[in-house]
Amino acid sequence: MSIFSKIITALRGGASEAGEAIVDANATRIFAQEIRDAQNHLTKAKRDLTDIMAKQMQAQRELDRVANSVTEHEGYATAALTQGNEALALEVAEKIASLEVEHAEQKQAFESYESNAIRLKELVKNTERQLADHQRQLSMVKTTESVQKATAAITDNFSNSNSKLLNAKQSLERIKAKQQNFDDRLKASEQLADENSDQSLKNKLAQAGISDSQTNASSVLERLKAKQG
Amino acid sequence: MNIHNIASHLNELGDKSDTGFYFDSVPIAGEVDVLQVTITGREEIPIFVSVTDDQILCVAYLWGEDEVKQSSRSEMLEAMVEMNIPMPLSSFSKIDEKYVIFGALSVTSSLHDVEHELAVLSDNSLEVINEMGDYLV
Repeated sequence: MSIFSKIITALRGGASEAGEAIVDANATRIFAQEIRDAQNHLTKAKRDLTDIMAKQMQAQRELDRVANSVTEHEGYATAALTQGNEALALEVAEKIASLEVEHAEQKQAFESYESNAIRLKELVKNTERQLADHQRQLSMVKTTESVQKATAAITDNFSNSNSKLLNAKQSLERIKAKQQNFDDRLKASEQLADENSDQSLKNKLAQAGISDSQTNASSVLERLKAKQG
Repeated sequence: MNIHNIASHLNELGDKSDTGFYFDSVPIAGEVDVLQVTITGREEIPIFVSVTDDQILCVAYLWGEDEVKQSSRSEMLEAMVEMNIPMPLSSFSKIDEKYVIFGALSVTSSLHDVEHELAVLSDNSLEVINEMGDYLV
């Protein structure tokens, strides 16, 4: 069974009660050990791959050297033949024959390194993929455990502090009320600030004698006279 | 990253937070380290932060199964699943008998990212309760 379905089964089955682990601790330890083993295998496979690729490069260089030598000796043999020196040509031809045997051997070695390297690269890739998958699964188990333990800690904390968890609507209402109170106070202080600035402007205008509402004895008398007249 | 880094960052922030919130955080004792983060004015809905090997989990409890109107329960669940993608940074889940909203961050996230996550999670939780109140008793 996959870790995913194990977790679902455990959660659905109510195994999430305090003290009861989702996936038993021993299984988690074994799984973590398997991941460490896989990591070790991967490190070894990568080292082997490096060795083999180095040997493959050496074999390639050797192949090139032998091939060049063959070409070179073919030139010598042709030159000997042109000179009519059959004996020398035969000697060179023997050398070429032995070089060709060597070439065939090197080619075989090269091909074997090549196929090994391909196989190892595939292995490394598969192991890496598997490892990533196992780590993801282990992370799921560990997260589930951590959430359970965190929940237990939170629940204990609430029951110890005697503070009752409010229901959602009550909590929201309280928060809204606080926000409303804060907004109201903000509005009130803004109004107060506005009024203050209005008043100070009026005061300045009055001091400068520029005010439509300013009344004094002479203006009252003027008004009364106007009514009489 | 551990809850102590997060706690000292949040507690030192004061009014310098980009989010405009005042955070207060207290570690809770238990088998795993949990940080209880409250935002001033929103103390009723704290956020619980825990750090595992590869992620930082921020969880806010929304409501209990006992608060759900059973007649429209499946409608509520469907609405929650549908809201999971549109809702920024947070997702719905259920822990035991409690519905929760949570955000998961990589352990390599910056403290600024964590702060942003907490602010968005808090906003989301209030909005969710507000919008889904009809499904609750």
